[in-house]
Amino acid sequence: MSKILLLQGNQAVVEGAIAAGVKFFGGYPITPSTEIAESLAERLPLVGGKFIQMEDEIASMGAIIGASLTGKKVMTATSGPGFSLKQELIGYACAAEIPLVIVNVQRVGPSTGQPTSPSQGDIMQARWGTHGDHWLIAITPASVPECFELTLRAYALSEKYRVPVILLMDEVIGHMREKIELPDNYDEIPQAERKQPDCAPADFKAYAADESLVPPMPPFGNGYRWHVTGLVHDETGFPKGAGSATKAAADRQYHKLYDHLDDIVQVENYCMEDAEYAIVAFGGAARTAYEAVDMARKEGIKAGLLRPITIWPFAENEIQKLAGKVKGILVHELNRGQYVYEVERAAAGKVPVYSYAKYDNEPATPAQLLAEFKKAMAL
Amino acid sequence: MSMEQLIDKYFRPGRLPHIWCPGCGNGIVTGAIVKAIDKLALEKDSVAVISGIGCSSRASGYLDFNTVHSAHGRALPVATGVKLADPSLNVVVVTGDGDATAIGGNHLIHAARRNIDMTVVLYNNSIYGMTGGQYSPMTPYGSKATTAPYATIEHDFDIAELAKAAGATFVARATTFHTQLLVDLIAKGIQHKGFSIIEAVSACPISFGRQNKLGGPADMMKWQRDHAVMLPAWNKLTEEQRSGKFPIGLLYEVTDRKEYTEAYDELIARAQGGNK
Amino acid sequence: MSLKIITNRCKGCGICAAFCPKQVLAVNEVEKIEAVAEENCIKCGQCEMRCPDYAIFVEK
Repeated sequence: MSKILLLQGNQAVVEGAIAAGVKFFGGYPITPSTEIAESLAERLPLVGGKFIQMEDEIASMGAIIGASLTGKKVMTATSGPGFSLKQELIGYACAAEIPLVIVNVQRVGPSTGQPTSPSQGDIMQARWGTHGDHWLIAITPASVPECFELTLRAYALSEKYRVPVILLMDEVIGHMREKIELPDNYDEIPQAERKQPDCAPADFKAYAADESLVPPMPPFGNGYRWHVTGLVHDETGFPKGAGSATKAAADRQYHKLYDHLDDIVQVENYCMEDAEYAIVAFGGAARTAYEAVDMARKEGIKAGLLRPITIWPFAENEIQKLAGKVKGILVHELNRGQYVYEVERAAAGKVPVYSYAKYDNEPATPAQLLAEFKKAMAL
Repeated sequence: MSMEQLIDKYFRPGRLPHIWCPGCGNGIVTGAIVKAIDKLALEKDSVAVISGIGCSSRASGYLDFNTVHSAHGRALPVATGVKLADPSLNVVVVTGDGDATAIGGNHLIHAARRNIDMTVVLYNNSIYGMTGGQYSPMTPYGSKATTAPYATIEHDFDIAELAKAAGATFVARATTFHTQLLVDLIAKGIQHKGFSIIEAVSACPISFGRQNKLGGPADMMKWQRDHAVMLPAWNKLTEEQRSGKFPIGLLYEVTDRKEYTEAYDELIARAQGGNK
Repeated sequence: MSLKIITNRCKGCGICAAFCPKQVLAVNEVEKIEAVAEENCIKCGQCEMRCPDYAIFVEK
């Protein structure tokens, strides 16, 4: 049985979190993500979970790291400035391989910027915001139903790969209300499982991995008594100063994700079968792009949309294929141009790559996007 | 159990000798923590030791419990997450004066305010040792540091008073000279239901002592002996007699302030009962 | 032998020697502690209690 609701994107994330089995949220108020905290403060106790409003954004990251170590599924939610504050411990979570989900409902920045206006300005911060070499996953919903689905997917990925997953929203999607069909009962939704050791505690090496390259992670308190550190460590989990240890840790953390891009990277192709010209857009900007593609088709232009759902790791293969297929690519994003450079790099000069960057507080209208598209493609 | 057996039981095999400098008091404080845990006969699996970054925070890696060597200043938020997510764990936080009162100062006052059940052992060596001797918020006023070549003009925190004002319900202080007292206070702090903090006055002969000409490790320990005053005696001293000295012992304890994880369980019961 | 010294843990800080009431201990030329007058040891345990490196134990 299911129910049909009219929900905001942020509320659909909350439903997704409850359905995924989240039992711990640590957060700090920030527009435009606050509804997620408010709603989970009410919902989590009802399912025996815990909500805590921490003293700052850094602390809320710390709290979810701690809670994840006890085996719980955990979440925090924020926006640009808070996301910056969390970056220190996002690095820690990458190094120590702690599963957790960070929702970033992007707004116009930098700094306080335009707190209630939509933006996709944290694309690069999501990838490179923390220090040092690191690898993580960022996924972006473009509809309210997808906020629910991708929240579930965020946990599936985070638990499977022991990696922080960023649910990269924007204010358009966070605050937009849409119809969504949800199951009445979340009990039947498959729960992401964290791999557990199959050896005795005495033989356990906390960061020894099998061919999946993902080490098992027992919860605190069940006999394995392992050590968690942000220092470079070997497979025992204890600090190791050797250069070979640094390289081994980096290589494993890279390959545990990048050897599985087929599993991790998702894109949506819209009207792409016979497309001669493509728009690349994601999140709130993709909403405009669907419409613009439809309008172009009505004019007889063979336009299509490639929508990255996984933002990081970058959809390298998909963009390369696209570049081999169409005559031109227009990247539309709500910032002054960030993702376009990645697309340009992957396209590697095979086709021209253009940018329609929108950064004036308002999403583009389909007509604006279509006009830019036609201009770029000289149609 | 002899001290040697305690070390074998509670320290991870093959991790010693530890990294601390000759004469550093951190080993004594860490030894006191395991003695306290042994005194309470806690199961090793039930103990989580969470540290930040700095000299003291390296202690977590040596101890055979569930351990986290977190980020600089962030031990308390991580510990808060561990404790709230699994209140059955006995949470001990190992931190230093810089870690807890500078970069982690905000977390300290808020963890105290929540009165969440955990025990903070603050290794106070008066200096940032790991980075080579810069002044911390607990470096005594007028001391020299590598970042205070003309002596520090910043007043130092009295962490006991700060923690008490912030809402901690168990506040104590001992020194590495007064080892038995330190063990007893840590054990009492762990038993205390609520936020407990024990300041362990520790010597840093290399990065603090040398700059301030305080003599060698034994001299610095004798200084602790000669300047720390047990609370009952302290209470009888005049202001003049107290000058240059500091009180040790159980400085403050209240039991009528609701503990956070217990309050959260009640909140869950209330929410599930349909009452807001 | 009532004193057990674990030499590889000892860093030669001299705390045990300074607090020994019977001058049993001394730091040697390679900066390790050594029992120089063990016959005077009264097993008071000061050295074991004060050693920051768990390098000396009194066997009772």
